[in-house]
Amino acid sequence: MSEVLLAARNVTKQFPGVLANDDISAQLRPGRILALLGENGAGKSTLVNILFGMYRPDSGEVVIKDEIVDLHGPDDAISRGIGMVHQHFQLVPPMRVVENIVLGAEPSKRGLVDLAEARSRVVELSQRYGLEIDPDALVEDLPVGMQQRVEILKALYREADVLILDEPTGVLTPQEADHLLGVLRELTATGLGIVFITHKLREVLAIADDIVVLRNGRVVGETTPAETNESGLAEMMVGRSVVLRVEKSAAQPADVVLAVDELEVNDDRGHLAVDGLSFEVRAGEVLGIAGVEGNGQRELVEAVTGLRHPLSGTMRINGEEVTNGSARDISKKGVAHIPEDREKHGVISVYSLAENSVLNRYHRSPFSLRGVLRRDVIDRHAEDVVEEFDVRTPSIAVAASSLSGGNKQKLIVGREFSDDIKLLIAAQPTRGIDIGAIEFIHRRILEQRDKGAAVLLVSAELDEILGLSDRIAVLYDGKLMDVLDAQDADRERVGLLMAGITQ
Amino acid sequence: MTARQKQLLYVGAALLVVMSWTFYAADGPQTTAVLAGTVRAATLLALGAMCGMIGERSGVVNIGIEGQFLLSAFAAFTIASMTGSLFLGTVAGIGMGLIMGWMLAAMAVGLKVDQIIAGTVLNIAALGLTSFFYDRSRSLGMGKYTNIDLGPLAEIPLVGTVFFSRPPLTYLTMVLLVVVHIALFRSVWGMRTRAIGEHPGAADTVGIDVLKLRYFNVTIAGGLAGLGGSYLALEAVGTFSRAMSGGRGFLALAVMIFGRRTPFGAYAAALFFGFTTALQNQFQLNNTFDIPPQFVGMLPFVVTIIVVALSGLIGSMRDPAALGQVYEKG
Repeated sequence: MSEVLLAARNVTKQFPGVLANDDISAQLRPGRILALLGENGAGKSTLVNILFGMYRPDSGEVVIKDEIVDLHGPDDAISRGIGMVHQHFQLVPPMRVVENIVLGAEPSKRGLVDLAEARSRVVELSQRYGLEIDPDALVEDLPVGMQQRVEILKALYREADVLILDEPTGVLTPQEADHLLGVLRELTATGLGIVFITHKLREVLAIADDIVVLRNGRVVGETTPAETNESGLAEMMVGRSVVLRVEKSAAQPADVVLAVDELEVNDDRGHLAVDGLSFEVRAGEVLGIAGVEGNGQRELVEAVTGLRHPLSGTMRINGEEVTNGSARDISKKGVAHIPEDREKHGVISVYSLAENSVLNRYHRSPFSLRGVLRRDVIDRHAEDVVEEFDVRTPSIAVAASSLSGGNKQKLIVGREFSDDIKLLIAAQPTRGIDIGAIEFIHRRILEQRDKGAAVLLVSAELDEILGLSDRIAVLYDGKLMDVLDAQDADRERVGLLMAGITQ
Repeated sequence: MTARQKQLLYVGAALLVVMSWTFYAADGPQTTAVLAGTVRAATLLALGAMCGMIGERSGVVNIGIEGQFLLSAFAAFTIASMTGSLFLGTVAGIGMGLIMGWMLAAMAVGLKVDQIIAGTVLNIAALGLTSFFYDRSRSLGMGKYTNIDLGPLAEIPLVGTVFFSRPPLTYLTMVLLVVVHIALFRSVWGMRTRAIGEHPGAADTVGIDVLKLRYFNVTIAGGLAGLGGSYLALEAVGTFSRAMSGGRGFLALAVMIFGRRTPFGAYAAALFFGFTTALQNQFQLNNTFDIPPQFVGMLPFVVTIIVVALSGLIGSMRDPAALGQVYEKG
């Protein structure tokens, strides 16, 4: 058996304007799990894409099974035994499990796919590794955890000795994630090596044998779970000490600000996504909506912010009905919205930072006068936002597209928070941004709460929900499973509710 | 297809058979003419629909079928009249279809031009080129393809005349329906083709070259439309005339959608649309209705609109997920 299954040696990769990988070395030995830890933009994906043959390094070498290789594409990597489970599953939804597994390496007779042979191989494989699956099910009918299993089987079918998993737990409930970690551990017993890419510290400590931490395209630390802990890892990732838990005082809930009653909302395909939701958010409290993505969160937020019309039910803000109000009607009531998709709904990328800083009120005094924008006032306002919300930018005249994700998010938060707000609706407010910016935004959200705003926080990151919320509502399949007080909620309990299980 | 839809289909087919026999008993020659006309019109539509479905199953919309028909018909007619060989004319038509398929692929897949615009380019180019080079004095001295009786099968009353006493390209089309069906749903090529139309990224990560396969498929599909053009000029009509494809390339797309992008589904739909065409011809010949012929001539198109609108209601029909999208690697 090889000494080194997979390794990068002094790999450097330059993209226009970014040195994505700078002299990176890391190696994986048989039967071990290597965790690549780093924030978004640290260079994890680039490194993995190089190891999988999607990109070619500018300099440095890729080693597979003790041999220096020159990969020309994913098929090169696959044929050498590298299997990859992508963050966004690479499965064809209307095709069967067995078809998805054998696609690209189909057993065939005279050009026709030998499905019987394919099915028996898949069944044999799933029994050998204890990964049970129905080979004839359509992938689109499977829950996310099962789809991931198909991805793993796909790699094993190609006789992978190395599995690379890119952020594999992002779409799973905590229990599913724990189960996956167990499966991976068992797989290593057969001599398989695993590269596990994540930004979740807890998982790294739970599963990794070796940890490599990346920051700004460089290796900034190599360690093992025995030698470190969460704050140690976080410090390596960010480059300074960070507060993982925001300090917060007890909530002082006052009057009901948002009251939602029997709300029903359809998704884009016309299926019922929000199914009879009723809840209230009071001034001075944070209500966190937990749940695996795709359980109605998006539709709920869009309905509450006026971007999508509900089928039935009512919504009131400070006692006034806003059920079929437009986004502007609702925003006029003092509602701030941090949208889930900042590129699509948060900023207009081609507009300047200054213009983006007044998107929610350019039409009002003092930013416009009789229909004409007052550039000087807008610019002054933008300077204030940049200053106060620590938006890192060369100038307020640059297009929003030139900002990093974290800075875009700070710009949006700055824009939304610069008025007096009664209700804050924050959807995935820290998705894909660096820990420093996360910490900053978390503090600002709590600041709004303490100033008396009602906060509706929707997040797929359970840690974020647990850290910020005063009450936690768990959404599953468009319904509220339960609403818990923060002190009664822990990962275990919320996780089960997220999977639709009530004891 | 759900059990209920299948039931409906069987009931419809049974009804059709009963009706045909009743009409046949009442007026034999008339019924035979309409049904023969149905098959004649359906052949062209089926070829166009197969061209369209191979493209769409791979994620490429082809609205240039109309142009592919027209220019191929022109090529087939010109070569046949020059060489005096229907066979060489047919080959030329198929060749021209392949060239136009390749042009569509070069634009839509290679250069990543918007697929609708690329198809429109073909249509306009075909109309312009054929109008410009059209030579009125040419003709097929040897006449068009003639019927071949398939032995005793041709002796069966009604069915024999309608299906088993046809010219060669009609038979070829029926064979191609089976071939394309097996290729799309049983072969390695078909599985990969369906994958790149649904989720090209997934295909790419298992080492399938998405752009190469799309290029190949759109080109090959062009050959089917080219055969359609040959059929139009050398078998259905026997000459070339300006804009002779007359919107049937677009009708083929409706047929493809109604047939759920399957060859047999498309042929059933093609027979249905062909029937409306044949019926309207017969109405015009007999002067059945005392209204301007243009209105009777609208029949197939009105039916198209109604059927396509209805088909959305009857059952959910999902387009391939990556239809019309440019695939960018990485």
